[in-house]
Amino acid sequence: MSIEPVIELEIPARAEYVGLVRLVVSSLASGRRALAEERIDDLKLAVSEACTNAIEAHHDVDADERVLVRCAEADDRLVVSIRDKGPGFDPDSLPEHPPVTDPDRLNFERGLGIPLIRTLVDEVSFDSSSAGTSVRLVMFCEPVSFDDEIDLTLDDLAEPDLG
Amino acid sequence: MELGLDVEEQDGTTVLAVRGEVDVYTAPRLREKLVELVSQGKYKIVVNLEGVDFLDSTGLGVLVGGLKRLRSHDGDLTLVCTQPRILKVFEITGLTKVFAIHDTVEAAVAG
Repeated sequence: MSIEPVIELEIPARAEYVGLVRLVVSSLASGRRALAEERIDDLKLAVSEACTNAIEAHHDVDADERVLVRCAEADDRLVVSIRDKGPGFDPDSLPEHPPVTDPDRLNFERGLGIPLIRTLVDEVSFDSSSAGTSVRLVMFCEPVSFDDEIDLTLDDLAEPDLG
Repeated sequence: MELGLDVEEQDGTTVLAVRGEVDVYTAPRLREKLVELVSQGKYKIVVNLEGVDFLDSTGLGVLVGGLKRLRSHDGDLTLVCTQPRILKVFEITGLTKVFAIHDTVEAAVAG
């Protein structure tokens, strides 16, 4: 199944632009009736986390570099990719937090973004090197059939009886 | 993007009502407000999240930091939240076991 690119959005690597990306992605996802509101919220949060990481990755490199957000859709899925030019990281060797019942848990204010992303979207992949990181988020949609779309009887379509 | 932060006192407890979106851009303002309250000797704080439309891990981190700061003063930070979309973020991260989360400000203040 081919996936059509829909939108490419290039933002400065600055915190104030994450809200704009959320707005664009949630507007696009809202256009797909097959993606429930709760799942749009999940995607919005995952995109926000990935953009936050991308912007923070640029702190250590050139602040003029930009973050590229690319949204694409097919009948059965919505794909959002977020690409930065930061120094890269290994998504499989992130430090683990102590259990929430451990008082030391309060010493960890960061590091929740990637576990959240993994939980919220249907598929996620990270492609990271010293030249940058690309995060690909996938949400599957229920295809909308014509049967689902229109459920009217002839009575619904008849002229109202004005008596 | 505006972040509303309104403070009021109720029965010896400081209630901080947050409105808007809490993310990497706005969370520093929430952190500053919590630090300011603690520096004023407000050690019992209720953060009302009912007016929050969006909260990500940056916001969670600020709340965790606030709780840690208050506990170091034998104080506490509790939350008011009934919105499923916001509660979900606490549930996924297990932070529902770290924070006392109430349905109303009155219950949180009494808590």
